[in-house]
Amino acid sequence: MKHLKPINQKAQRIEATLQNDVVALQQGGAPGTGPHIPLGCSFVFSPGWEVDSNGGTSGLCQPVERDLFDCHITCFWPAQVPDLYNHAPDWTAKCASAQKDWRKIDLIFP
Amino acid sequence: MNRLRRGEYQAFTGGDAHFLYLVPSAAVVRLDALSQAVLDSLAEGDRSPLELTDTLSPRWSADDVRGSIDELLGMRAIHSVAAPPPKPIAEKPKRRIPLQTLVLNVTSKCNLSCGYCYEYGEDKIVEASTKPRFMNETVAKQSVDFLFTEAGESPSVNLTFFGGETLLNFKMLQTALAYARERAEALGKVVNASLTTNATLLREGIVDWIVENDVGVTVSIDGAREQQDKFRTFANGMGSYDIIVPNIKMLLARHHRRPVGARVTLTGQNLDVTSIYKHLFHELGFWEVGFAPVTTTWQREYAIEDKGFQQMLGGFQALAKDFLDAALAGRRHGFSNVRDTLEEIHKGMSKAYPCGAGLGLMGVATDGDVALCHRFAGSDEHKLGSVSEGVDRAKQDGYLDRHHIAAKTDCATCWARPLCAGGCYHEAHTRYGSTAEPNLHYCEWIRAWTNTCLEVYGTLAERKPEYLAQFD
Repeated sequence: MKHLKPINQKAQRIEATLQNDVVALQQGGAPGTGPHIPLGCSFVFSPGWEVDSNGGTSGLCQPVERDLFDCHITCFWPAQVPDLYNHAPDWTAKCASAQKDWRKIDLIFP
Repeated sequence: MNRLRRGEYQAFTGGDAHFLYLVPSAAVVRLDALSQAVLDSLAEGDRSPLELTDTLSPRWSADDVRGSIDELLGMRAIHSVAAPPPKPIAEKPKRRIPLQTLVLNVTSKCNLSCGYCYEYGEDKIVEASTKPRFMNETVAKQSVDFLFTEAGESPSVNLTFFGGETLLNFKMLQTALAYARERAEALGKVVNASLTTNATLLREGIVDWIVENDVGVTVSIDGAREQQDKFRTFANGMGSYDIIVPNIKMLLARHHRRPVGARVTLTGQNLDVTSIYKHLFHELGFWEVGFAPVTTTWQREYAIEDKGFQQMLGGFQALAKDFLDAALAGRRHGFSNVRDTLEEIHKGMSKAYPCGAGLGLMGVATDGDVALCHRFAGSDEHKLGSVSEGVDRAKQDGYLDRHHIAAKTDCATCWARPLCAGGCYHEAHTRYGSTAEPNLHYCEWIRAWTNTCLEVYGTLAERKPEYLAQFD
């Protein structure tokens, strides 16, 4: 860390967990960092990625549009969503419910 | 919009640097000027990363501000308003904690008649006359076997003798320790022994045994003559100071292999921490001095009340300053309260329970009943089993459920909870009638004192980090 200096043992342990970089699974994790616990949408059962028993999407537990938010907030993989820190903090402001309002999501041009 | 908010922490300074004590992780981090500015900005209200970048951009680049935000998020000093960090779950220890220390109350008799005594005084839990007054050889040996069984794979165990006045049953100390050493050797383990005494009965022969057996000694003493004799008297009212001081000097002159500590009980009438320390450390030569307020209900005449807590805090803070000066100058200081807390801060202890009672430490009564700790030994209400029959696991588990910090709702918003966890069970039982209650009468005191210890810690981290290396 550059701005915070860990002082006690607990802070050092937390820092060590924060230093885990993104690694591909076949690499067996970054060397010397202990067990690598992958996170993200592909490791949980996320029915939005699939089709229902009729081959459509209307019968899924969660709407397919939810995927947008999987990549927007919870996913650690750099997905193709707008830069919400700098250029487009409000890009989903008009989208209260992804299922109904996904068409209202702003188009963002870099 | 993705707004950020300050998390739960106590900010403090030390050696001109700014630090955070993060709750509940108990991590301590030092802030740079930018991170401090980010937190200052968030003190005015929730902000988005963009707003923070805009506000701070004249002084810092957007990249730096983002980097600082990421680090603060990672340490949970700040969090997203939309996605606050999950609350810790009340979990019992994942594995059974082995017994490390067994305190044997070898007798319930005492040759002193201290006015504030929790064992005999007005707030006593156990009627001493209902139990055997002395522990016999069978129970002492069963206690040793119980300790080794409950310690499981641990390579070393602690056997502590307590009373009453411990030395009134000196014969049993010899028997129990000799047996413990024999068993330890057979099992390939190490046993550490210690005792607490009022020092009235310390004679040459007893000190011979203490020295030969490497026994750690804690002497209960309240200060100089006037302070000691206020409450620590014989039954006829005669003070004990003049009896014990020659004994203590003899012990200190002969016993060098284990530190000899003084343990002071503070009362409403005896709060001059600085002068007590000066007498016990500098004049008598104790290795360390620890202070604890008397345990009592609030209406007793010796109870410490609001103004007394303020005075005690002032004394502790003055002594902590003295401790810091000594540490910076490379001199040893014997104020054990601050040293113990520094170690807990350095290790980042975040306690689910205020102490090891009922987990790694238990107390045995003269009849072999096992209780939470020595202060509850003999109390049927706080019994966890017996040395002959073992620990009642259902009782122990019930105790763990009831006493977890997550069950103390009053503590949920207190930043000092990782170190305090609600405080002493015996104090709570005496004040509120239940071991499960947090000790709300000294919350302000604990927070002020913990903050003082944090400041000492921060100053040492800044100016003499090698001092803290002893805790690694």
